[in-house]
Amino acid sequence: MLPIESQKTSQIRFMLNGEETDVSFAPYKTLLEILREDLGHTGTKHGCELGECGACAVLLDGKPVLSCLVLALECGGKQVLTVEGLGEDGGLHPLQDAFADLGAAQCGYCTPAILVTAKALLDQNPHPTRDQIREAISGNLCRCTGYLQIFEAVEAAMLKIAGQKTSAT
Amino acid sequence: MPNERDPRVTRVGSLKANENDLRVIGVPRRRVDARAKVTGQTRFADDIFLPRMAFCKLLRSPHPHARIRRIDTSRAVAHPGVYLVLTGKDVPIQYGILPVSQDEQALCVDHVRHVGDPVAAVIAREELTAFEALDLIDVDYEILTTISNPEEALATSAPRIHEYGEEGNIHKLVALEFGNVEEGFAEADEIFEDTFFFQGNTHLPIEQHASVAIKDPDGKLTIWSSTQTPHYLHRALAKVLEMPAAHIRVIATPNGGGFGGKSDPFNHEIVVAKAALMLDRPVKICLTREEVFYCHRGRHPILMKFKTGVKKDGAITGMHLQTLIDGGAYGSYGVASTFYAGALQTTTYHVPRYRYQGCRTFTNKPPCGPKRGHGTPQPRFGQEVQLDKIAERLKIDPANLRLHIVESPNAVTANFFRLGTVNLSECIRRVVEVSGWKDKFRKLPEGRGVGLACSAYLTGAGLPIYWNKMPHSGVQLKFDRCGGVSIFCGATEIGQGSDDVLAGIVAQVLGIDPFDIRLFTGDTDLGPVDLGSYSSRVTLMAGNAALQAAERGKAIIAEGVAEKLEVPKERLSFADKRVFDSVAPEKGVSFEEAVCIAEARFGTIGTVGSYTPPKSPALYKGGGVGPSPTYSYSAAVVEVEVNPVTGWVTVPRIWIAHDIGCALNPTLARGQVEGSVYMGLGEALMEEQEFRRLPKKLSHALVHKFPSILEYKSPTSLDMPEVITELIEEPDPQGPFGAKEVGQGPLLPIMPAVANAVYDAVGVRIDEIPITPEKIMKALAEKKAGREPRFGPSHFPRINWPEALRVPPPWEGGDGNAVNDVPRRTRRVSKKEKVLTS
Repeated sequence: MLPIESQKTSQIRFMLNGEETDVSFAPYKTLLEILREDLGHTGTKHGCELGECGACAVLLDGKPVLSCLVLALECGGKQVLTVEGLGEDGGLHPLQDAFADLGAAQCGYCTPAILVTAKALLDQNPHPTRDQIREAISGNLCRCTGYLQIFEAVEAAMLKIAGQKTSAT
Repeated sequence: MPNERDPRVTRVGSLKANENDLRVIGVPRRRVDARAKVTGQTRFADDIFLPRMAFCKLLRSPHPHARIRRIDTSRAVAHPGVYLVLTGKDVPIQYGILPVSQDEQALCVDHVRHVGDPVAAVIAREELTAFEALDLIDVDYEILTTISNPEEALATSAPRIHEYGEEGNIHKLVALEFGNVEEGFAEADEIFEDTFFFQGNTHLPIEQHASVAIKDPDGKLTIWSSTQTPHYLHRALAKVLEMPAAHIRVIATPNGGGFGGKSDPFNHEIVVAKAALMLDRPVKICLTREEVFYCHRGRHPILMKFKTGVKKDGAITGMHLQTLIDGGAYGSYGVASTFYAGALQTTTYHVPRYRYQGCRTFTNKPPCGPKRGHGTPQPRFGQEVQLDKIAERLKIDPANLRLHIVESPNAVTANFFRLGTVNLSECIRRVVEVSGWKDKFRKLPEGRGVGLACSAYLTGAGLPIYWNKMPHSGVQLKFDRCGGVSIFCGATEIGQGSDDVLAGIVAQVLGIDPFDIRLFTGDTDLGPVDLGSYSSRVTLMAGNAALQAAERGKAIIAEGVAEKLEVPKERLSFADKRVFDSVAPEKGVSFEEAVCIAEARFGTIGTVGSYTPPKSPALYKGGGVGPSPTYSYSAAVVEVEVNPVTGWVTVPRIWIAHDIGCALNPTLARGQVEGSVYMGLGEALMEEQEFRRLPKKLSHALVHKFPSILEYKSPTSLDMPEVITELIEEPDPQGPFGAKEVGQGPLLPIMPAVANAVYDAVGVRIDEIPITPEKIMKALAEKKAGREPRFGPSHFPRINWPEALRVPPPWEGGDGNAVNDVPRRTRRVSKKEKVLTS
């Protein structure tokens, strides 16, 4: 008999970074596991697989979730955004640019999750205060930066996005 | 993005005048590997998926101390999907990071020493199958007495956790005396004796350790691993696998945080290598978070006793430090840690006479090792809190007291460490000024306070871990006709920016853009050896090697271009991707053309550079730990608010000044300072690696209290205070462009500064780290009851110290040797003794 992990008896269709995606997998698998193991999207990381560190955050229908705590089976028909889907037109998202320029990524391991979490914040609240930024990423542990350059990068991206919106109108 | 001036960091120093000449160095800029990191494309070890890859899991001991009577793997071997089961007899050769502590086995053969010690490995088609098969391995254990702390280790000579060491369960005893300390105490106006305890804590990198090994098509071995020290892993693999090192390739994947926790060769790395060779297919392991807690190698818990004599003006007349160190179950870096715990006391303030006695014991807990600051944050905490007490008794402002006793630049200390630039006074003056110290110290309302502390740290260990006379860092450069430059170096990117240091230095010398450079780092096949990302050594050592290689390449190119343009080569400038006559800048060629001219003239262009630290004057036995080409200095002021009802400590603000020599990339330098402050604050207030006994009706085993991120508390974004950073830039002649370290030093002053601030706020001394609300409440209760307003250890146990090696300090005519030992310069060193820390 095949080991349970090889029994890809479950299947879902969902939108991954804007692309319709089909995937077959063993039924117990989490969203994190199918992203990394079955779909080759290794940009999303893991630090505990227990919902403690925040490194696996992705956006599920626009809201940050810990993908290690979400069963893949629950994601059928939903929209999932990972760091791979953050850039626009082959370039970097303003958050990615700001994180790169302002030292907000040191080892880069918690970075993908913090980027998508910050995107969810800015989508919902285009002008967050420093305290709202602190609150939004308080579930994402970073051991390298001490967070301050992350706050500043989110603020810089916020201004850039606001500027783009102004010039677009 | 414009980033010319970073308003959040102030830079003080002579470098500013030269800013226009330095187009890469000293300019805040995007690091070369930033794009990979912000797109999730940095390939960490667990991101590697290879065809036919099998998965490995380790069966770990549930007992803290036991003999293995028998292991039966037959049921696991028969489990569907299992390819291989390994036990200790498959990989029995002992290894360890230090030549003096080769005390680990990849899988324990007959003796487990802590909960989590691995005894068997399952390699299976799927990870879950490997997990399942672990339950099918039957191990018959004979339970041994558990040694749970150093005092038990001192009192329990049998059973021994290891069959080596000083005696019983004492791993290492150190006794060194530099000058007659008793005479120093006799000269003192006041003598202070204080005991302190610093609890252990762990690195908690967000990336769990992972490794993938393959047997190459030609039968050689390649392993990708989250390691900070690929070179040392390379050596350990060659030893345990009994393979020529030339047939092994170690690739250090970028580490998702290291902090010292990925600096040892690990059992899981050896196991997957062995399995890949046996199975001829890729084998991966990724540790669970619980397993990462068992790997540990974190901060040693240390009980300390400081006896310090001072004159009325605060001048130190003598210091005696004793440490009792909880080493955990293996040697790891512990012998070095034991020396480090006594090494750097002399590097900040002038200590004319100094005695150090250190004792490291084995206990049945995960092994301790190097964490950011390696062995020095614990005694630094004691020293700086004691100085605060001294200042108060002498009625001197603690900042002024320190300014009065700061050690001089280029001094040789009592223990024969040669210092470089020392801008500690400037650091103190800056934090005093920007924090408004004079208006705050002892002047804030009850419940609010400020505390000050200082520190020093190595810029790279002066000696390698194994005895050799070769360079500590090597760099090769390849110059391409297209104007690209490739850097090959063993240096390992762990988040600190090691790749960016190399690219920045080479780009600066050649006048090109760092993004024109390709980097091949952390790979033992591709690049020359760099000893690893530890001891804050990469910027100075790999940086100097890169500088030399770049200067050599520049000289070859300049020779060719000078001939072609008929300009004296001394007049050529390399900047803005051009090589031109500095007198007539319009006369020149592009860098690309310059490389082609030189290649046509001299053939293919490649250069090498290497770096070996200067010889240390510390010749005595043990003097190999602590010397460095130069030292960084830090001073910090921490402001706290202490709730007198709950004992809760809030930190709104921290001011820190760091003597960095030159900030090669100020954006990254600031990140290292803030990251250090963050980690120091975690240690100061909450982080602790604690153990507890299971109930008697269960096994009564000593287990980790909370091997999970949820319960191992570390600061979140909500806890992080405002940090005001000052970088003091006086170039040090030893560093590339004058740079000194910044990755570890700024952590050190935070813990004592918090303790001193708590005292300023509520008048209680917490002589123990972490400073938790419970401890503050207990001390406040003592204060209320009219007893000593303090929480901390009250005694230091009696230890049978060996006779101290007596080394007269430089000012007493010492030559760096001990007078009661064979001088190191002349004595014949046996092979066994040819070890840094023996």
